[in-house]
Amino acid sequence: MLKQVEGSAAVAEAVALCRPEVICAYPISPQTHIVEALGRMVSGGQLAPCEFINVESEFAAMSVAIGASAAGARSYTATASQGLLFMAEAVYNAAGLGLPIVMTVANRAIGAPINIWNDHTDALSQRDCGWIQLFAEDNQEALDLHIQAFRLGEELSLPVMVCMDGFILTHAYERVDLPTQAQVDAFLPTYEPRQVLDPADPVSIGAMVGPEAFMEVRCLAHAKQRQALELIPAWADEFRSIFGRDSGGLTHTYRLDDAETVVVALGSVLGTIKDTVDEMRERGEKVGVLGITCFRPWPSAAVRAALSQAKRIVVIEKSLAVGMGGIVSNNVSASFAGSPDLVHTVIAGLGGRAITRRSLQKVFEEAIAGRLDGLTFLDLDHAMVERVLTREREQRRTGPIAEAILRDIGVVAAKIG
Amino acid sequence: MFQVRIHGRGGQGVVTATELLSVAAFREGRHAQAFPSFGSERTGAPVVAFCRIDDRPIRLREPILAPDALIIQDPTLLHQVDVFGGLAKDGYILINTSRSFEELGLGDFIAGFRRERLCTVPATELALKHVGRAVPNAALLAGFAAVSGRISLESVIAAIREKFPKKVAEGNVAAANAAHAFVVEEMQEAARAKAG
Repeated sequence: MLKQVEGSAAVAEAVALCRPEVICAYPISPQTHIVEALGRMVSGGQLAPCEFINVESEFAAMSVAIGASAAGARSYTATASQGLLFMAEAVYNAAGLGLPIVMTVANRAIGAPINIWNDHTDALSQRDCGWIQLFAEDNQEALDLHIQAFRLGEELSLPVMVCMDGFILTHAYERVDLPTQAQVDAFLPTYEPRQVLDPADPVSIGAMVGPEAFMEVRCLAHAKQRQALELIPAWADEFRSIFGRDSGGLTHTYRLDDAETVVVALGSVLGTIKDTVDEMRERGEKVGVLGITCFRPWPSAAVRAALSQAKRIVVIEKSLAVGMGGIVSNNVSASFAGSPDLVHTVIAGLGGRAITRRSLQKVFEEAIAGRLDGLTFLDLDHAMVERVLTREREQRRTGPIAEAILRDIGVVAAKIG
Repeated sequence: MFQVRIHGRGGQGVVTATELLSVAAFREGRHAQAFPSFGSERTGAPVVAFCRIDDRPIRLREPILAPDALIIQDPTLLHQVDVFGGLAKDGYILINTSRSFEELGLGDFIAGFRRERLCTVPATELALKHVGRAVPNAALLAGFAAVSGRISLESVIAAIREKFPKKVAEGNVAAANAAHAFVVEEMQEAARAKAG
């Protein structure tokens, strides 16, 4: 059914249609609306049988999800930013134990400086933790990916993170097609755990494993993630046959035929990129787009194939590997047969800075003209950075950096862009 | 694509206004995208929210930098925030005030604008009367429907009833009807003055 709703409400309804049995969460912006909506569904009796467990922290949220999943319950939680970091130890455990928890990450920057706005630093900090990581381009895909995530995770006994841009998607009202219970039931079978804590048939889960077997357990986690590369496209096809739309899959390509310049990105910025590419195509520029839906496992073959004709690649990424550069671009370079010099990293939108068509077009045109550096910060105030560096060269007690910059620029009251 | 930017202060229902507008547009079969500019959500702090309306799916996620219409929920922002940034001369402006553009000190600014696309409505007064709280958002949307013709009053009212519990909804519907009538009267008066 078509509805005009907030992204968080759409995701909550999709999660409810997946018949979760345990939901536990600790509130943190911009994830809060999702679990609030689910909490209302549980307390109102619309979502049953399901237990909603209030916990005292994100660490507890993931720990409860681990316990519930080990007991054979379909388990769901959601978090963002510092919340994801706070639960990190348990996040690794969920993957290492092979428990198919589904978690929404409403992507938000990581402090310090404290910042509640969107970027991908939170999810990408956990890229090697063993969870499958899927990134939604819009709210329709966000809700669809949750349905796919439960099936994928439960089939492989792996946890799945569904990443959606905080605020930009979670708080946006847009049209979504909410599936029926019958459609979801046809796609998502009842959870049949490979391992379950059952008093009638006791097992231990979480044994200490020494050097004699640890490598093998790790290698099996890798093997399972590689299996996901086969399942994800197949299930995207099945999803289309039941729900009548394309959602999920490993990657999305847009106007890639004959594209000499390929822009690579994750998440909601793909929409703005596509509109920019349309404008440039009208002027005859051969630009195309590769959207990464599945970031972990990394779809190396699909990326390699999509980039096979590219003369240059621009990776727009909302994260920064401090001291190194791009995270996504590093992965892209590893899957690109051409020279790594042809892969340009553009760090954009950190801490919620708006990514506009105008700025994207400028950076794409610079790439085409051969003037784009290997690493660029989109719309950076270079003078501001230089001022701080100069001050630090000249004096010792320069004080805290963030506060000094805020003093330099003055108060920005409700800046539009 | 038609782009609306709403300026106001925390607590005035700015974000809800864009959500209502998107629901109203959706009810008319259009695609719509409403989203706030997120800041520290304090009562009284300047807030801006956006709504795009189109006949095809909307992919663009940038803030609305060049709006086709502006709704200003709090005239005290006029000299504090660049509320008119990016607005073209053929754009719509709707201000929540009982004063005129000239009385607000905007006489020079609006020279060159299409006068029939500019209007004021005392939405806070109407909200206080009909809702009992200073929440001008629903009344302003009805005023916007009247001045722009981009959305129908019926769709705005349906969106209000979808969003709010019955009692709150009916107060807002009454405020919306009053605001719509006010703007229609204001436009007729302007047309008579022009003809006369």
